[in-house]
Amino acid sequence: MQEVVLTPKEQPSYGLIAECISCDVFAGKSIEEIEALPVYYGNKQGKLGDFFDVSGEVASSAEEMRIVIAGDVTKTRWIGREMSAGEIVVKGSAEMYVGAWMRGGRIVVEGDVGAFSGMLMRGGELRVEGNAGDYLGCSYRGEWRGMSGGTIIVEGNAGMEVGQNLNGGRIFVKGSVESFAGVRMKKGLLVVGSATDRVGAQMTGGTIVVLGSILRLLPSFDFAGEVENPEIDGESFEGVFKKYTGDHAERNAKGVLYVRKE
Amino acid sequence: MKLILKNGFVYDPLNGINGEKMDICIEDGKIVEDVKDAKVIDCSGKVVMPGGVEIHSHIAGGKVNVGRLMRPEDHIKNVMPKTRLTRAVNGYSTPSTFLTGYLYAKLGYTTAFTAAMPPLMARHTHEELHDIPMLDKGALTLMGNNWFVMRYLKRGDVELAAAFVAWLLKAAKGYAIKVVNPGGGEAWGWGRDVRSLDDPVPHFDITPREIISGLAKVNEMLSLPHSIHLHANNLGRVGNYVTTLETMEVPNGTKPARERQVVQLTHAQFHSYGGDSWRTFASEAESIAKAVNNNENVIIDIGQVVFGDTTTMTADGPMEYYLSSLTGLKWANKNIELETSPGVTPFVYSKRSPVSAVQWAVGLELALHIKDPFKVLLTTDHPNGAPFFKYPTIIAWLMSARYREETMKEVHGAAQKNTTLATIDREYDFYEIAVITRAGQAKSLGLAEKGHLGVGADADVAVYDLNPEEVDPSRDYKLIEEKFARTSYTIKGGEIVVKDGEIVKVVDGRTLYIDAKVDEGLERELMRDIDYYFKRFYSVNLANYPVQEVYLTNPTPVQIDASNVR
Amino acid sequence: MHRYTDVICSFCGTLCDDIEVVVEDNRIVDVKHACRIGTAKFFASNDYEHRILKPMVRKNGKLVEASLDEAVERAAEILKSATKPLLYGWSSTSCEAHSVGIELAEELGGVIDNTTTVCHGPSALAIHDAGYISCTLGEVKNRADLIIYWGANPMHGHPRHLSRYSIFPRGYFRERGQQDRELIVIDVRKTDTAKIANKFIRVNYGEDYELISALRKVVNGGELHQESVAGVPREEIIALAEKMKNAQFGVLFFGMGLTQSYGRHRNIDNAICLVRDLNTHTKFVIMAMRGHYNVVGFNEVLSWQAGFPFAVDMGRGFAWYNPGETTANDVLQRGECDAALIIASDPVSHFPRKSIEHLAKIPIIAIDIHPTPTTQLADVVIPSAIVGIEVDGTAYRMDAVPLRLRKVKEPPEGVLSDVEILRRILAKVRGEQLAAKAEVAR
Repeated sequence: MQEVVLTPKEQPSYGLIAECISCDVFAGKSIEEIEALPVYYGNKQGKLGDFFDVSGEVASSAEEMRIVIAGDVTKTRWIGREMSAGEIVVKGSAEMYVGAWMRGGRIVVEGDVGAFSGMLMRGGELRVEGNAGDYLGCSYRGEWRGMSGGTIIVEGNAGMEVGQNLNGGRIFVKGSVESFAGVRMKKGLLVVGSATDRVGAQMTGGTIVVLGSILRLLPSFDFAGEVENPEIDGESFEGVFKKYTGDHAERNAKGVLYVRKE
Repeated sequence: MKLILKNGFVYDPLNGINGEKMDICIEDGKIVEDVKDAKVIDCSGKVVMPGGVEIHSHIAGGKVNVGRLMRPEDHIKNVMPKTRLTRAVNGYSTPSTFLTGYLYAKLGYTTAFTAAMPPLMARHTHEELHDIPMLDKGALTLMGNNWFVMRYLKRGDVELAAAFVAWLLKAAKGYAIKVVNPGGGEAWGWGRDVRSLDDPVPHFDITPREIISGLAKVNEMLSLPHSIHLHANNLGRVGNYVTTLETMEVPNGTKPARERQVVQLTHAQFHSYGGDSWRTFASEAESIAKAVNNNENVIIDIGQVVFGDTTTMTADGPMEYYLSSLTGLKWANKNIELETSPGVTPFVYSKRSPVSAVQWAVGLELALHIKDPFKVLLTTDHPNGAPFFKYPTIIAWLMSARYREETMKEVHGAAQKNTTLATIDREYDFYEIAVITRAGQAKSLGLAEKGHLGVGADADVAVYDLNPEEVDPSRDYKLIEEKFARTSYTIKGGEIVVKDGEIVKVVDGRTLYIDAKVDEGLERELMRDIDYYFKRFYSVNLANYPVQEVYLTNPTPVQIDASNVR
Repeated sequence: MHRYTDVICSFCGTLCDDIEVVVEDNRIVDVKHACRIGTAKFFASNDYEHRILKPMVRKNGKLVEASLDEAVERAAEILKSATKPLLYGWSSTSCEAHSVGIELAEELGGVIDNTTTVCHGPSALAIHDAGYISCTLGEVKNRADLIIYWGANPMHGHPRHLSRYSIFPRGYFRERGQQDRELIVIDVRKTDTAKIANKFIRVNYGEDYELISALRKVVNGGELHQESVAGVPREEIIALAEKMKNAQFGVLFFGMGLTQSYGRHRNIDNAICLVRDLNTHTKFVIMAMRGHYNVVGFNEVLSWQAGFPFAVDMGRGFAWYNPGETTANDVLQRGECDAALIIASDPVSHFPRKSIEHLAKIPIIAIDIHPTPTTQLADVVIPSAIVGIEVDGTAYRMDAVPLRLRKVKEPPEGVLSDVEILRRILAKVRGEQLAAKAEVAR
């Protein structure tokens, strides 16, 4: 695997749109060509090289490609957009839309990610070692066919509306999530450490597992018994879980919510 | 600008010209006999047709904008940044207004009528039409559930109904009478529908049959350029062809006041279904086509389906509710006081769905079974069957049995089993394509200066990079599809607006509306009644209802003297 | 003296169009039929003491009078040199002004947003997910027998809403007016509207979503296991669900009590879904109680021109929309924008502190009729004429019915309409001569 290192220079205050930071885009290009890739901020267009020192070896295919961002890029958006293969490692925090529309490969962010990360993912893996913002693994506004494949793993906490309109794939948040986790979810698996309220709101399918506590359950979920050490979608969970079905605000809802018994 | 389009293969059906090599001369926005010192455009080896005329497309107004508001996910498609000439645009099934104009122009279209304008919301429709460049425009005006119309027709006062229609067209700046699910729109005010021609409308005690025949009569009394434009009852329902066949018979007693049909049955594809459940859903296109062939009063437009993601929108509120309850997708509804009740919901036509496959075949069957191309106009009921910019694909299907066969292989077997499409060899030629995309529309709309290239016609022309002596559409269907999608030249009002598929000039078209005068005494009587109703039942005052001309781009009234209506 | 009838009031989203105004010597001397607030607005147009009458430009830290040309020139300079200008406000001006404003945003590559962002933005987000099952206000007047206001207090915010469109008027199928209708108010406190209601249901603060979910479960045939939800006893929830199902024509009007309380757009999403569920039983519609008289108009114009209803970023020459990123407050609080044009709005009084702190750091162009904290903070101030009193223009009522507002008197001398001011700025930004006639002629 060949590695290209992007060392952040001064970051703009406007939000840097850098959808070119993707193994698919880098593969087969020279370092000079990568430096010249377009980035956008406000109404300006710049070059990737204006904001990053680019070094290392470029692979000929995305599969063989690894991109390392050597530091915090908290103003950089759209890292790994639509990526299909290869690996991106961010040795710090990134802003919004990390791994949006991702199809394959792997992105690891050692710090935090901003809102809308993993938006409409179809495959691959997004791993966040810090916290994630709102709308992790969400859909785009109005799109009812949300994230449909791949895996998102967050070691820390995540914000509101994790897995909104989830339509496949898996999301694991080890810490806590804010309200409306799995809202309008249709398929897939969402596992969270603990949750506040309105978990599974308006869900019609798929499964949510809360490993710890939940602040408040919606009145439109029905208790469906207790299960011990359940195996769900090929994942094993230890302990006794309360099983609920819902969200019965919706007609014919087939969602399932497990909450660990305290 | 003076232009000579030299040596093209001209297809001008209204003047009987079928692929003759000839020159077209243009001066001051009109086709002329001869012109001097003109810019010469070499059209040799190219097809020259009149500018396309769109007769039924939901391009402007409240309902279209609800589609946009409801579907941001549709607007991250077709995204194009602004250029020196053109505005920033986006949208796939509900393109922004500017994009609508640009896309039509690239297809070689120069005129478009928006399909369903509620008079109370007409100002909105015109605001959007104002922002659609490149085209001459007009609006079909919703009347089939209007309280005044229903009341006057019920009490048999056709004259007053006619006076009202004349007033309403002028107030709304509309062009023609549009009837959508007659009676069903009013019933939807109570969450109900009408399901047959003789189902009474709640509280109004009138039937769809009476509304249709009454408005057909009114249309001819006023001698309006277009016929009534009818979206029949039971759209999209299994087995609805029975209603459709009955509907065609309704205005048979009425004689056309002009050289055209008495009724245009719109998006007939959605009304040609057999079977008795979704499981047995089948085509009855052949029965419908046969009836059209044998009925001189009726023409249709197709409402063709093309596979993919789209947004359905009609003034048929109960139908949109029904559709959204089948798909479970988001649904918008807007009952409009005393007038109509539109709805909007997204839809995906899937090749794997037996219903979608049959719907796809039905549209093509209609076009191929109906003998006279002037009786079958090309539409997708944009965006209901598909976005209008899919026309080139439909043209290619019509011109190539082989292409239909290829597509048939990719879609659900129901298209083969439950329709006659596979048995049809007929292939359209360029002349017939010119009929179903412009000449037929212009004739149906009564637009004397459009849809042809005779002297005195508007200089609206489309030039396609296709050489009829070299291209075999049956075999080269991909080329047909590609070349009809981007003209070599589109000329609008004598100006070159598209060259090689790119916009080179942005122009504003005209907006046509009907200014019909009826007897003054009758009009006074009408105004007394309208005034009473407005004061009590509308939520706006009468004075604030009519659309001011200032909203229209180049307002172009079509004067009609109907003072004999008294 | 001239008496104008059928005048449209440009105060709130109710857009009452039955106002009579008497004008003498370019002063309004009488106003009939308008509510207290609307009447005050008409009369306030006489008062030039509290108007901005001359353009102003900040020099050496002080706002000083300037010519219009100088102010426009300065505004264009600020906007042209910005990397991410924000164009904000718009809800109290005409659609014609919106149109020019959107073109300006496109030309500049800026962010354009209106007050929707702090009122019914959540409603727009909900509509994206759920649709919108609605009607025009005349439908309510003619048909509705059950009227619910949820988190809305029209007695204060939309004074004539009740008398023109909902509970009091006689309609075609409701000949006896109020006697033929039932009014239910759902709110966290007993508002003045609640006081006149047939029934008031008090919902716990921040628990509207739960109450809607419970209602939906009952409406859809489910069983409610809880004794009470959101402070409302089970029996009352079941009774309300039954009442809604059995209405002939029900309407749910919702206000900022629902859009801006905990749950925000999901409250509205769930409420729209409730109305959808009710449509399997009867006729039911829902409508947002929009505030500013033309907040809807901006959503409409931006949707047809740029494809999205508010919060559009034109930075790359095309429209990108995602509230949370492109909304005015998000752009401000992340410190992204470097100039702002504020029109017909006063964000300095209404925005969160963090947003205002950033506004204070960047150059501001303010176009308004009277001084506000925002104009005081601005570097360029341009006075404008009042739409619907001093100039014509189009506005969309809360139910999206478009109306043409009328001019009844002349603006103060030298004061132009928003449309004209924006056209001048746009021409200056482009370095073009101002076209003699507005391209947008309407």
